[in-house]
Formats: sequence, structure tokens, C-alpha cells
Amino acid sequence: MSILILTEHDKGQLNAATLNTVTAASQIGGDIHLLVAGDTSGSVAAAAATIAGVSKVLTADDAAYAHGLAENIAPLIVGLASGYSHLLAPATTSGKNIMPRVAALLDVMQISDIIAVIDADTFKRPIYAGNALATVSSAEPVKVITVRSTAFEAAAATGGSAAIEATGGTGDAGLSSYVKSELSSSERPELTSASIVVSGGRGMQDGANFAMLEKVADKLGAAVGASRAAVDAGFVPNDYQVGQTGKVVAPELYIAVGISGAIQHLAGMKDSKVIVAINKDEEAPIFQVADYGLVADLFDAVPALEKELG
Amino acid sequence: MKILVPVKRVIDYNVKVRVKPDQTGVELANVKMAMNPFDEIAVEQALRIKEAGGADEVVAVSIGPSQNQETIRTALAMGADRGIHIETPHDIEPLAVAKLLKAVVDKETPGLVLLGKQAIDDDSNQTGQMLSALLGWSQGTFASALELAGDTAKVTREVDGGLEHIEVKMPAIVTVDLRLNEPRYASLPNIMKAKKKPLDSLAVADLGVDITPRLTIAKVEEPAARAAGIKVADVAELVGKLKNEAKVI
Ligand SMILES: Cc1cc2nc3c(=O)[nH]c(=O)nc-3n(C[C@H](O)[C@H](O)[C@H](O)COP(=O)(O)OP(=O)(O)OC[C@H]3O[C@@H](n4cnc5c(N)ncnc54)[C@H](O)[C@@H]3O)c2cc1C
Ligand SMILES: Nc1ncnc2c1ncn2[C@@H]1O[C@H](COP(=O)(O)O)[C@@H](O)[C@H]1O
Repeated sequence: MSILILTEHDKGQLNAATLNTVTAASQIGGDIHLLVAGDTSGSVAAAAATIAGVSKVLTADDAAYAHGLAENIAPLIVGLASGYSHLLAPATTSGKNIMPRVAALLDVMQISDIIAVIDADTFKRPIYAGNALATVSSAEPVKVITVRSTAFEAAAATGGSAAIEATGGTGDAGLSSYVKSELSSSERPELTSASIVVSGGRGMQDGANFAMLEKVADKLGAAVGASRAAVDAGFVPNDYQVGQTGKVVAPELYIAVGISGAIQHLAGMKDSKVIVAINKDEEAPIFQVADYGLVADLFDAVPALEKELG
Repeated sequence: MKILVPVKRVIDYNVKVRVKPDQTGVELANVKMAMNPFDEIAVEQALRIKEAGGADEVVAVSIGPSQNQETIRTALAMGADRGIHIETPHDIEPLAVAKLLKAVVDKETPGLVLLGKQAIDDDSNQTGQMLSALLGWSQGTFASALELAGDTAKVTREVDGGLEHIEVKMPAIVTVDLRLNEPRYASLPNIMKAKKKPLDSLAVADLGVDITPRLTIAKVEEPAARAAGIKVADVAELVGKLKNEAKVI
């Protein structure tokens, strides 16, 4: 068996979710190859080659692959697919965009968002916002899979010494073009890989009040997240959203402030190791998943928490 | 231009889903069903494009058991012009859905297909991308803004890092995210009117698509429940617990 992983990277940096995907691949077993596509593939390939467990890195250096356009990258992967038993990508917005296109071109059914590897053909994945877990088997000649990064440890970023080989594809399909990005910049840790996350909901009342949460987050070295209601209301940008249709996080500590605990929100955080809820409504469903619940007005509790953290 | 909107019938998003004791799936008997919330947003967007003069017909299509006709009627009550139902005995996999939708696209030749980014039952997030691949069309996924401009469309996408702007060539597949719009409610008169709108049925066999499942579901189980937690009296107790008991700060 051999496995090809679509590497995710940005501005010459390898995305951490790739490391978790390598671990999922090593649980499947077999040779692990990484594909680095883009116009900065050289520097990313050098980092990819040192990941423990990776035996080969393929680079496809072409501006057409730089922005993750599925119409361009899917045919590249399809062109390489014949030698592989499994094609994997992290279940990020990029992996979710590209891999189903690959699967359909290969006429195979994709398995989305796996959280466990049972054997080379059988995987577990959440359905119904994580209210049920399905064990799914595939007899497809090549398995196309996206991997939920929080369900797998990160592989060691160093220790490997894979060979780097150049490859190529058909380049620009001429169907779509990248215009620009509006990326939120933050000095704080990235939401999906942070060990502590402090999230705010509609109870925060407005965006300016998120400054209170940011102060707590900075004392804890935490990332800041939000519920859909807080994002919809414009308190914070869309990439803060935690949940079924936002980001899935599983930090050591998740602090939910002014969040009621709708199933769609729980889907994104209920695998956190320790959950704290601060809510003034003692009946709020968030308390059902919280290890430590504090029934309080957040406008008192959050400043007090910041002070208590010293 | 014609816009095609595939709409799926799913368990209502408010329902707490229960796994069947025999672990073959989730309980569907006597459970409230509704249109997939993302598909309501897709229907709304199609209607807004039509109302702004950018399209002349909105066609809703649903694949599944006969009850899916109710979901199509909901789209018609919102304002879609006609419906197409493709009957299958139960839900089928995204690849098979995409193949059936391709057959519909070949017949109907829409200029735009608007789908939900994901169905909230299978959480697959595949169908739009697969349909796009099968048609060889462009794809704008997870759209939070959409602007048609002749033979291209400008799509703003919700991505992990924030927002991304792309341009796609028409005809295109666009999958919609939550913040694209706020879907309208169907008024009572429109619900009545919808009953008279055309709803055609197509048979899988006539479309020449093999819908045999490719995956086997060995079992469906309940996730492990979290151990019950405690309430703390104040912030000082909370911080004490986090430091000394949970040891996470
Ligand atoms: C298809 C679909 C997908 C969705 N996906 C997601 C998703 O990915 N992520 C997500 O989060 N949601 C998602 N939702 C929305 C979800 O159903 C809820 O509407 C949302 O999570 C509610 O956000 P909230 O808890 O911030 O707001 P609310 O439910 O309004 O709760 C606010 C809470 O704040 C508390 N509060 C208010 N003031 C104070 C105060 N002063 N002090 C302390 N507490 C206070 C209240 O008691 C209340 O519990 C989705 C919904 C649908 C239909
Ligand atoms: N059975 C179906 N009938 C009509 N549309 C569907 C069906 N299944 C999926 N879709 C469409 O594809 C989108 C994504 O579904 P999925 O890939 O299953 O997450 C949905 O939001 C619908 O727009």
C-alpha cells in the first residue's frame, strides 16, 4: 500500500494539519508520500521531507497550484493517483474543496472527516453533527479521504529524510482564478491547534466586548473562538466560528462564555479535554457538557477571571 | 438563465438525533424533517438573482423517497418556479446524487447550480464539488457572497484563514455557506400557490445512473458521553480547580 497526502501550506509554511494527517496515514500503513503543489513548493518540500514517517515528497511547482483552486489541483492528484491505495488531505476548507473533485474524477466515493482508522478499508466518521459515529468500509480501488486533524496526534516534524522529486500536471484549467484573500491576522495561536481556546457567543453583546476575552486569552496563551451567533452578528470574523459548519477544536481547555450550547456548536468543541462554561442561565445546555460551570454574568466573571489569572 | 437548486430532506436541525438500539442508523420514525438549512439559503439566493433580473427560472430538484416532494413544495412556496423529483427508496451517496444531478443538468442546461455546502445529516460536504467535476465546470464553494457578472461570477468564500475572493467561469457550481443570506419564510398564500406549480418525476433508470452504494456502513453508534461536571461558586474556585484539579493552566 502507498498513501499520497495533499500537503497544506501557506506562504511557504507547512500547515500543522498536515502532520495530523501523516499520523492517520501511518495508522493505515504503507509508504507515505506528500504532494506539495504551489509556487513556493521548494521551501515547503524541504520542511515536508523532514516529517517523521514520510518516504517521498513530490513537488509540483506551478503558479496555477498556488491558491488551492480545485479545478487545477484535482487533475494533478488524479494524474498521480494510479500508484496509490489511499489519497488523503486534512479536512480543512482547502481539503474539503479539492478532494471530492478528485473522488468524482476517479469515480470513487469519498470518506469525509475521519476520526479513527480501524483498518486500511474501514474508518470512523461523525455524522449528524457528531451525535452519531458511523463505521464505514470502502471497497473502492483507491480510497479518497479527508482527515479531522483534532482526532489524530501530530507526527514529529523532524527526524525524517524523504527524497524530493519534481512532478507536474496540466496546470491552469482555465475555469477559475484567484483574486485576493482577506485573512484575519492574529498574534494568538491558531484556533484548531491551540491548547486553550476562549470562545464568546451572543451573550458578548458586541464586538468591542471581545477585548475582555482577548485579555483572558493572552494571559493563558489561548486562541479566541466564537459561536455562529457571534459571527453572524458581526462581533468577530467568520474564521472564529467553532461548530458543525465552522472549525472543530479539541484543546486541553475550552472556555465558553455567553454561549448557550446548541448541538451545532457542541459538534465543534465537545471533544475538548476540559470544558468551562460561563453563562448567566443555569439551564443553558452548555452546562451539560461542561466539567466546570459558573452561573454568572459574564460582564462580572470575565474581568474577575482575568484578574485572578494574575 | 435557468438556476438549478438541489434540495435535500433531512432531520430538522433542532431535533436531538438518537441512534437506533441495533446500531444500524439513526431513528427516523416520527422525527420532524425539514429542508437542509443550507439548501434554504441556496433557494433564497436563486430567488434573489431572479428577482434582480439575473435569471428567468428557478428549478428545485430533490432525490430521495416520495416524501421529498414536500421539500420541493417548500422550495416552490418560497418562490421556485417548478420542481423535479427523482425517487430513490432511501438516501443515496453523494457520488450517486452528483451523477443524477449531472443527468438533470444535461437535460435542463442551467447556467448556475446552487447547492448547500453540506447536508446536516451525512455532513459529507461533497456533492457540489463532485457535480462540478463530472460536468467539468468551475466551482465556488462555501460562498458568503456571490455576484454574477456576465460570463463570470465573483465568489467570496469562507475559508479557514478568513475570506477568499475568486472568479469562476460560467456555467458554474456554487455551494453556499450560512452567511450568504437570510432565507425568507413562505407565506400562506404562497404555500397554497405552490401546490399548483409543476412538479415532474424522473426515474433513476431513465437517467442511466447506477446508484449502488460504494461504501458499507458497518455500524452507527452513540459517541461516548462526557462525565458529569460540577458547578463552581465563583471565579476563584474555578481558577483553583483548573490549576489544581484539572491541571490545565
Ligand atoms: C445549519 C446550521 C449550522 C450551524 N452551525 C453552527 C456552528 O458551526 N457553530 C455554532 O456555534 N452555531 C452553529 N449554528 C447555530 C446554532 O444553532 C446556534 O444558533 C448558535 O450556536 C447560538 O449561538 P450562541 O450560543 O452564541 O447564542 P444564544 O443561543 O443566543 O446564546 C447566548 C447565551 O448567552 C447567555 N448570556 C447572555 N447574556 C449573558 C451575560 N451577560 N452573562 C452570561 N451569559 C449570558 C445566554 O444565557 C445564552 O445562553 C448552526 C445552525 C444551523 C441551522
Ligand atoms: N438527495 C439529495 N437531493 C437533492 N440535493 C442533494 C441531495 N443530497 C445532497 N444534495 C445537495 O448537495 C449538498 C451537499 O450535500 P452533501 O454533499 O451530502 O453534504 C446539499 O446541501 C444539497 O444541496
